[in-house]
Amino acid sequence: MKTGIFRIISNLPLTKNVYKMVLYGDVSHITAPGQFINIKIDGLYLRRPISVCDKSEDTVTIIYKVVGKGTEILSKMQAGELDILTGLGNGYVTDDSGECPLLIGGGVGVPPMYMLAKQLISEGKKVSVILGFNTKDEIFCEQDFISLGCDVAVTTVDGSYGVKGFVTDAMKNARYTCFYTCGPEPMLKAVYRASETHGYFSFEERMGCGFGACMGCSCKTITGYKRICKEGPVMKKEEILWEN
Amino acid sequence: MGKLSVDLCGITLDNPVIPASGTFGFGYEYAEYYDINVLGTFSFKGTTLEERFGNPTPRIAECNAGLINAVGLQNPGIHKVIAEELPKLKKVFNKPVMANVGGFSVSDYVTVCQMLDKEEQVGWLEVNISCPNVHAGGVNFGSDPKGAYEVISAVKKAVSKSVIAKLTPNVTDIASIAKACEDAGADGVSLINTLLGMRINLRNRKPVIANTMGGYSGPAVFPVAVRMVYQVAKAVNIPVIGLGGISNAEDVIEMMLAGATAVQVGSANLIDPYACKRIIEDLPKAMDKYGIENIKDIIGGVK
Repeated sequence: MKTGIFRIISNLPLTKNVYKMVLYGDVSHITAPGQFINIKIDGLYLRRPISVCDKSEDTVTIIYKVVGKGTEILSKMQAGELDILTGLGNGYVTDDSGECPLLIGGGVGVPPMYMLAKQLISEGKKVSVILGFNTKDEIFCEQDFISLGCDVAVTTVDGSYGVKGFVTDAMKNARYTCFYTCGPEPMLKAVYRASETHGYFSFEERMGCGFGACMGCSCKTITGYKRICKEGPVMKKEEILWEN
Repeated sequence: MGKLSVDLCGITLDNPVIPASGTFGFGYEYAEYYDINVLGTFSFKGTTLEERFGNPTPRIAECNAGLINAVGLQNPGIHKVIAEELPKLKKVFNKPVMANVGGFSVSDYVTVCQMLDKEEQVGWLEVNISCPNVHAGGVNFGSDPKGAYEVISAVKKAVSKSVIAKLTPNVTDIASIAKACEDAGADGVSLINTLLGMRINLRNRKPVIANTMGGYSGPAVFPVAVRMVYQVAKAVNIPVIGLGGISNAEDVIEMMLAGATAVQVGSANLIDPYACKRIIEDLPKAMDKYGIENIKDIIGGVK
């Protein structure tokens, strides 16, 4: 992990309230898909943790939804510099993915799947992706996954595009050797129940520091207490303990 | 003795800057960022007799110039702290460390303090008396002079190392609590712990924090802390450690002028992992600016 100053290269809306921001800076500490960065925003006290969607040699891309003050301020920034902590969280493990991993993203759980898909494809694996949204207008990144060469299925709850229903409806016909998922907790629970192989889940929680110091984002697991920001945000299926 | 050094209960600190308990773990998260031996010392994560998970999440809420936390003393328990955390700490920190202790009965405090008293690297025992007493209907020990006296005197009788009482600001007269701690034999006091606060989510009308209330800290509370340190320093003759919203070198000077012998830095570490290192590096320049030769000369120097 590292603190650094990043320059905003672009910040464009993908849907009504989802934005894609590309930042230029030292990304050497971002070492795995599924990690996150923690952004200091002028006028707010706590940093805002946001998952990494993609990285290049000297840029990092994030896709975020405007849900509160922090993301609202972020969405209005067109230029300038941001103080960011990078290389946070454990990220996804890919060595036990098997030949046909399935990636399941819901809403703003979709972005971390992009860097993961890139990584798995670079390892010669055949990647299938299920992207879940509420409605057609909220869909983003479908074309990006197709361009990578993934087999892509989109679900919408209202049936306005793709498969009508939830990501689990698209999982029914899928054949896969391992799965990776990120999205709202009800979706993660449904995927947990519907899944037939081992797999990895990425969790969200309100954080104080983002680097393991404050114990603000702790959760209970089968293998003991974990900090979402440090031992997570990615957890193995077999260690998850649903509390409610 | 350098120009930044101060004496804290008979142990010389290279500088008066101490990361506060609960914001610095057992040190090694920060040792990934910088050599933590630049610190005066640090106060490690509040340790209790038994392992604790703490409160349900969300435990954190954003506030104006600060945050509310309701972590609930999550810690591995004294046995694991001694067996696992302290050996790991020793590899990255070679100075005496401040051991922060929480408890839910007088005997809890005594047992944990006795065990830590035997640990070579522990320099001071910082007793967090802002914990509920399970034998007195959950009233905080530190909320009245009698409860504070009871804990501190019992601990003092059981240990040989310096005992620092960490005080809660959620009281009517903090000076009377500090005085009771001094009467009980405390070698120092540290203040302020967090201020009880609450936020409500306007969308669902529920408290943001799962535990409903939590402790408010950060730059917003600094003036309250300065006032309380000032009041306590006038009331007692033992060293006072000042904390509450300190974010830069000038805050350190202000807190010391109010009467603090040393300072703790809490929330600032969570926003900027380098906060304490930066403050220590900035101190000499800030001292030059205000004509301060040696930092210890300004303790309680407010006119």
